[in-house]
Amino acid sequence: MASEMKRDPGLYDYSPLFDRPKITWPNGARVAFWVAPNIEFYELEPPNNPTRKPWAKPIPDVVPYAHRDYGNRVGFWRMMEAMDAAGIRGSVSLNVAVCEHHPEVIEACVERGWELFSHGIYNTRYTYNMTEAQERAMMEDVIATIKRASGQDVAGWLSPSLTNTPQTMDLLAEYGIKYTCDLFHDDQPQPVNVSSGKLISVPYSLEMNDIPVLSMAGNTSRRYAEILKANFDQLYEEGAESGRVMCIPLHPFLIGQPHRIGPFAEVLQYITGHDDVWVTTGREIADYYYEHHYDTVAAALKAKRGG
Amino acid sequence: MSDLPDSYLEYPHRSHGMDHDRYDWSMMVKRAPIKWPNGARVALWLVPTVEWFPLDMGGGPFAIPGGMARAYPDYWNYTTRDYGTRVGIYRIMKVLEDLGLKASVAMNSAIAERHPYLVEEVNRLGWEILAHGVDMGHPHYGGMEREDEDALVRQALGTLRDVSGQAVRGWLSPIRSQSANTPDLVAAQGVDYICDWVNDELPYEFRTASGAIHALPLANEIDDQQMLVTLGQSEADFVEQIKDQFDWLYKEAENGGGRIMAISLHSWVSGQAYRVKMLKEALGYIAGHDGVWSATGAEIVDAFKE
Repeated sequence: MASEMKRDPGLYDYSPLFDRPKITWPNGARVAFWVAPNIEFYELEPPNNPTRKPWAKPIPDVVPYAHRDYGNRVGFWRMMEAMDAAGIRGSVSLNVAVCEHHPEVIEACVERGWELFSHGIYNTRYTYNMTEAQERAMMEDVIATIKRASGQDVAGWLSPSLTNTPQTMDLLAEYGIKYTCDLFHDDQPQPVNVSSGKLISVPYSLEMNDIPVLSMAGNTSRRYAEILKANFDQLYEEGAESGRVMCIPLHPFLIGQPHRIGPFAEVLQYITGHDDVWVTTGREIADYYYEHHYDTVAAALKAKRGG
Repeated sequence: MSDLPDSYLEYPHRSHGMDHDRYDWSMMVKRAPIKWPNGARVALWLVPTVEWFPLDMGGGPFAIPGGMARAYPDYWNYTTRDYGTRVGIYRIMKVLEDLGLKASVAMNSAIAERHPYLVEEVNRLGWEILAHGVDMGHPHYGGMEREDEDALVRQALGTLRDVSGQAVRGWLSPIRSQSANTPDLVAAQGVDYICDWVNDELPYEFRTASGAIHALPLANEIDDQQMLVTLGQSEADFVEQIKDQFDWLYKEAENGGGRIMAISLHSWVSGQAYRVKMLKEALGYIAGHDGVWSATGAEIVDAFKE
């Protein structure tokens, strides 16, 4: 186990925004746009992890538990309708236990051709303090569960409740995971330095994520919509020079509230109404990047390192 | 780092439905549409809260939002909260009375004990009393002794019923905090609906040791304390989001069946002089629509059961 802390994650090289190989997307699109709903299950009485208490208050912590349950009972279905109306396939950040608890939700996703990627087993089971063997067991469980529920090979990974160990990225590459969503350092995919195989980061922004924007920063529904549009407008402008990625990470328990879904549905129409937008999924972005850009970018980074 | 036991990777409740037995897994869109009396599209359920935060309430197992936070005697917090019981609630009453709206007032039993005049006013207006525990210094929480909690439940319901003469059928826990026993203890005292579980927008069946009661979720985001105090939003933000909430529910109700517009208000928040205009505008907007049914929680639960 890595008991020593690094000062730099060591996962990627420095690469300034305007001094890199040009990134292109299919049909000359300027922005690859993807929407990543987090479909989650929080346990009422999870076991404790010494690094992080699952709930702030003594169990049962009724309000936050029930609020998240609302996402599956009510909010998900509103969010899905808004995405359907804009022709968007979701890339689901999935607590895979939802496949067992709420297969109806998973069926609705699979029917629509949505991608399922990993967000661990439950959002109340953290990777913190796992041994390598335990982390491997968790990853194997995720891969097998998604395969069983959807037939899909997992391509993407967002650690459960954003909890990582120092070996997580190496293990992902070893298991053939193509992209991680846990790194927020860029608006384009980037190679991730792993001990064997290949891994890239695909932008999944906390600045666009409904939890930080709405629940933590206290923005209103319409202000969130303004933020999303402004972010898109800037990336669309920059994308004329070199392709960008915009992700909207969502939580149905927030975005599926009646006062939020209207302004949000309008944002989806606004973005998908632009000509040079590639409305896509995390997996498709990763595949395209590997096929067209990975080698060029990796070579440029290597050259800068003097290699 | 300490290693985790392998049991951390065991998932005993990983099967269809919920991870507990209190209620069934159910998707709102898959249910039969519900009909409100007179074909109303939206039931408007207003829940003003009247709370007493005792000066000596102490620390407790966790911080109570709005509770004493400064050295004793914390007049700052005590009197700011008490403003709601003397001034704020009467402003809210006037706004609702002028608009012809009723409410379920969530009340600590200490309020009824200390201010019977307030209870008389509630009765005069035809409002329902929703039990809100004893006071804000006595939260219910996991790990508390069952008999201590049972005593709080009996005291809260007994006092509220004695002073008001109302049946007092509904329960909202102080800061919506429950122990694992709360639903059983309140149901044993004749409560037939609880409002703490915010996992739905419609009533649903909730199991207790005394049989099934109903959960009537009180929206936790459409809440003046959440928006204006916790998140620091403005009065204009409050009005805008209330209108957006209502418009969406009203639209859905056209084909999806009856909806509930639940609004949680706190007398020390919405009862501030500078917020009265906000309240009038938000509630006036809703009341100005056809097909809005101003109802108490008990009326909504009864209509749902039919």
